[in-house]
Amino acid sequence: MLHQDDISLVFGGAAGQGIQTIADALVTVLKNNGYAVFSCQEFMSRVRGGSNSSQIRITSERRNAYVRKIDLLFVLDAEALDHLRWRIGEGTTIFAEHDQLGEEDRGRVIDTPLKEFAQKAGHPVYTNSVAVGAVLGVLGLGLEEFNDYLSREFESKGEEVVGRNHDAARLGYEFGVKSAREHHIDITLPTAAEDPASLLLDGTSGLGIGALMAGCGVVSSYPMSPSTGLLTFLAARGRRFGIVVDQAEDEIAAVNAALGASYAGARSLVTTSGGGFALMSEGVSLAGVTELPLVIHIGQRPGPATGLPTRTEQGDLNLALHAGHGDFCRVLLAPGTPAQAIKLMQRAFDIAESYQVPVFVLTDQFMLDSVSMLGDEEIVRLPLQRRVVKTGSDYERYRFTDDGISPRGVPGYGEGIVKVDSHEHDESGHLTENFTIRRKMVGKRLQRLGSLEQEAVPPERIGSDDAAALVVCWGSTRGVVEEALDILQDDNIAALHFSQVFPLHTGLGGMLEGKQVIVLENNATGQFADLLHAVTGRQADRRILKATGEPFAVEEVVEALKGGVAS
Amino acid sequence: MKEGKKQTANPFDMPQKKMGWCPGCGNYRILDALKGALHESGIDRRELVIVSGIGQAAKTPQYVNANMFNGLHGRALPAALGVKLARPDLVVVAESGDGCMYGEGGNHFLHAIRRNADITVIVHNNMVYGLTKGQASPTSMVGMTTPVQVEGVMLEPFNPLAVALSLGAPFVARASAGDGDQTKDIFKQALAFKGVSVVDVFQPCVVFNKLNTYKWFSEHTFYLDSSHDVTDRTQAIRISLDSERLALGVLYRHEGRETYEELLGAEPAALGEQRLADDELQEVINSFR
Repeated sequence: MLHQDDISLVFGGAAGQGIQTIADALVTVLKNNGYAVFSCQEFMSRVRGGSNSSQIRITSERRNAYVRKIDLLFVLDAEALDHLRWRIGEGTTIFAEHDQLGEEDRGRVIDTPLKEFAQKAGHPVYTNSVAVGAVLGVLGLGLEEFNDYLSREFESKGEEVVGRNHDAARLGYEFGVKSAREHHIDITLPTAAEDPASLLLDGTSGLGIGALMAGCGVVSSYPMSPSTGLLTFLAARGRRFGIVVDQAEDEIAAVNAALGASYAGARSLVTTSGGGFALMSEGVSLAGVTELPLVIHIGQRPGPATGLPTRTEQGDLNLALHAGHGDFCRVLLAPGTPAQAIKLMQRAFDIAESYQVPVFVLTDQFMLDSVSMLGDEEIVRLPLQRRVVKTGSDYERYRFTDDGISPRGVPGYGEGIVKVDSHEHDESGHLTENFTIRRKMVGKRLQRLGSLEQEAVPPERIGSDDAAALVVCWGSTRGVVEEALDILQDDNIAALHFSQVFPLHTGLGGMLEGKQVIVLENNATGQFADLLHAVTGRQADRRILKATGEPFAVEEVVEALKGGVAS
Repeated sequence: MKEGKKQTANPFDMPQKKMGWCPGCGNYRILDALKGALHESGIDRRELVIVSGIGQAAKTPQYVNANMFNGLHGRALPAALGVKLARPDLVVVAESGDGCMYGEGGNHFLHAIRRNADITVIVHNNMVYGLTKGQASPTSMVGMTTPVQVEGVMLEPFNPLAVALSLGAPFVARASAGDGDQTKDIFKQALAFKGVSVVDVFQPCVVFNKLNTYKWFSEHTFYLDSSHDVTDRTQAIRISLDSERLALGVLYRHEGRETYEELLGAEPAALGEQRLADDELQEVINSFR
């Protein structure tokens, strides 16, 4: 069997069996060996048991997408094999302990006695180290990087634990080398051309780093998959960086606390998923009428209602776009990579503060949990500009101005007092039912939409300007579209990736003119295609949609685009 | 005391065009007691934030010359918490009615007490929904008929004091709007208390509650005297459970508990352009190599 350029390794097992630990170790070791790597996870909504898998790709250039194919599959139980069976092809080499499997599968699977080796090293707890060692042996790589990794990881547990892990890794490694020879597994890896000092970042950490850079001061949230990672990222670093982290009693409390903190001058954040965000809708409306800055991260997962809690979808665009009663402005950003997450999180805080509006950052489970590689040069730090003014004794929070944005005072900073109100209010912030003031306040709140459109992040073009067809995508589908286009090598297809999905950039109509427009999104109806139509008047010629709870695989996008616009 | 009566030289007074309350409403007296308490407590109005929800009681900060966050129905407490987390140096009062605090915001009431942030919670308790015109509130008495509860209220009333005490609230008191001086004094104690302080204030609604009138309240209440040991929680709970003779005054106080914002190490939010130091940021980034 021969594999090259693009290797897909998959680890399958039950929750709690450690496949994530194996994948985390391996992806780091491969990166340290100079390979371009990517990893993603799919898992069931349970604490123990079930059937989950992690994919690691070793590619000839940096990638950010899931592939269906599996070259080397390591399964820890029979259920995992069943779970992944549909992805097993002729080229798939499978490793598992035979006594875990049914009779009928044993002939197809290389018997891999992980537990026996672990026991030999001292304890079943060393199984993960055996497994990583075995993979490195099969791949024909050295064991040094992994030994270094184990020394670092287990340093605090003492020399004995480090030594036993080294033993376990060696036993697995020797088995891997032997298996590759005996079973004629001939793997040609892509060239190891990456800087081993590159970063490995998941989407969640990208958002977290962006929030740190932006000077986030308060985060209040209720845990909900897949958005909780951002809360834990900030909680782990809160004390050090002066971020107050409050776990709210519910999402309604979270958004109101974040707005209270924003009123008092902190840059504040909530992180949630669709169902939790549904509870925050009235708070979004409150942000609108009080003109308080707020950043809302929605890690999307498939609905309706509880849906598929641990799976992925881009199904909450319409929710974020329309949540909250009444008319007011908002901004929706949708990073497609960890690097974009870092940059757009900072932008979210900046726009929220400059324009005194709620800003959404839309991600999804696939994007949040996927680990990709990036260089330091891709990490952009935007200028941090606070816009809080010291109040004078005659300060009025909602003073009418030319651009509709009033200088933002906060309580306890200056001689003035600051009154914000969920009712319609006059310039001083007191409730009013005066129709003239109402008319002016509505205009004031909506006036900023023009500037927000001007300042919108333009879509990024991938491929040739002259292509006749444009694949329009947003958020997490950037990587899969880019890779599919690279594979197709068709000058007639290019892509437009939107990392801001509302408001859309004013120059957008021109970009679509004369093109065949194919909109690809990870939802059932084509929510962005509808938005595009509403804003530009341009109907998509074709929609490529997927709402199974899985991300798009590179293979299926290639297949779908082969047919061009017509199919 | 007449409605709208000015107290001399109180910085919390506002030149008010129109008040949104009905003539004779208990809210006027609570407003006066609050402004008096704030002034006599020496609080700087620029360092005070009054957070409220929605309802007639929630309009109170509209009539106080101080910082105001008049938020959503039921949500005064989370917003007040947010203010406190961002600016622990400010004095924060959360004020609303029984419908807002005990009904729509009931969950927040429970957890605000558990958190014990330094917030003074004042609840105007008129045992009826005023702004929506006379439906039952969580504290309405069983049997009271309303346009919705046409056969009379069937639900057991919510007992805010017993709930607060059972959750470990360190300061629990009850006042009565009709008694201006006593109410002011209770407010002053609550404002001075470090930690969450809960003050339930009986408030006659002269339009919609014909049952719990000024007269009814004066006949059914009594003030705790010096023989009451305010540090005895069990005794306070016993008193709070008596629905015949309703005690007024401070039922319970327990000094010295650390507040939520202290436990979290919250500092006043940076308002200037304080950038995270490059080396600190680099350390975070390096952890992903």
